[in-house]
Amino acid sequence: MYVSVNYVANGWNIIEIKMDSIDRQLIVETQQGLPLVARPYQALAESLGISSGEVMERMSKMQSEGIIRRIAAVPNHYKLGYRANGMTVWNLCDDLVDEAGQRVAEQEFVSHCYRRPRYLPDWPYNLFAMVHGRDREEAEQHYRTIAELLGDQCQQHQILFSTRILKKSGFRLSKAK
Amino acid sequence: MAEKDATVELDAVDRQIINELQRGFPIVEEPYKVAAQQFGIEENELIARLQNLLDEGVLSRFGPMYHAEKMGGGLSLAAMKIPAKDYERVVEQVNSFDEIAHNYARDHQLNMWFVVATETPEEVARVIHSIEQKTGFPVFNMPKEKEFFVGLHFSV
Repeated sequence: MYVSVNYVANGWNIIEIKMDSIDRQLIVETQQGLPLVARPYQALAESLGISSGEVMERMSKMQSEGIIRRIAAVPNHYKLGYRANGMTVWNLCDDLVDEAGQRVAEQEFVSHCYRRPRYLPDWPYNLFAMVHGRDREEAEQHYRTIAELLGDQCQQHQILFSTRILKKSGFRLSKAK
Repeated sequence: MAEKDATVELDAVDRQIINELQRGFPIVEEPYKVAAQQFGIEENELIARLQNLLDEGVLSRFGPMYHAEKMGGGLSLAAMKIPAKDYERVVEQVNSFDEIAHNYARDHQLNMWFVVATETPEEVARVIHSIEQKTGFPVFNMPKEKEFFVGLHFSV
């Protein structure tokens, strides 16, 4: 049985994604990671009672639909010596923000880049880009690089450093449903 | 600095593994064997090195990276402006929600920033409303309106 989920992507397009209960089980089984054995898809297949061919087919399909962004190693920036992460925020004209956002995202020190809503007067910023540096100075240098890149397009910007991690846990899909 | 936060030493092969496997991993019967070729090592060594990098915390994860919204889930970034005297109480109240995945103190008037992750998009609003009720402070909900594609590559 297919469960259809309608959702709004990027605020404009309605896309329908289909995931069934086997896809869901695959997600649950791989939330901690891909098995570190010679035939990981076979290992998943055995726990689900299906063939490895079906596991690979389903994972390829989820990847082409974007449900799986990619299968990959996720480095811990902090452990690699990149201890300063700054959330840089920018106020750009609505008609410039998308083109500027793409240019900012292309900088190699930017790990995430999103357009988000403003909350005037408290929060005038509509573009967010996370930058990473070995220390605050390096992160601030990246921030200045973005400021130069945007030039006159952006008159108002800030960098917010995290001063404390208050909570950090992963997103977990429950086994139920 | 706590010992577990110390920067670890990596050899050239580890660095290559971290750099290359951020890009992707094959979906074939023996993917480690295929991936190991580019590093000039055996399948078993790649598996052992990945296990070690995970144990050391150099990699926070190795596997499929899921897109929460495309899985049908809800995800948002939210911020609050909390006076110092109420801060610890509100931290505890906000963190008590299972739907709060990450929460950071930041140096701004909006001094608490957290990620709300829920199984359906509708639940985000419900969780935010509950947080406002519980803490007595407004929540600035800042869901992403557009995601810009980043290079994905963090070189070590």
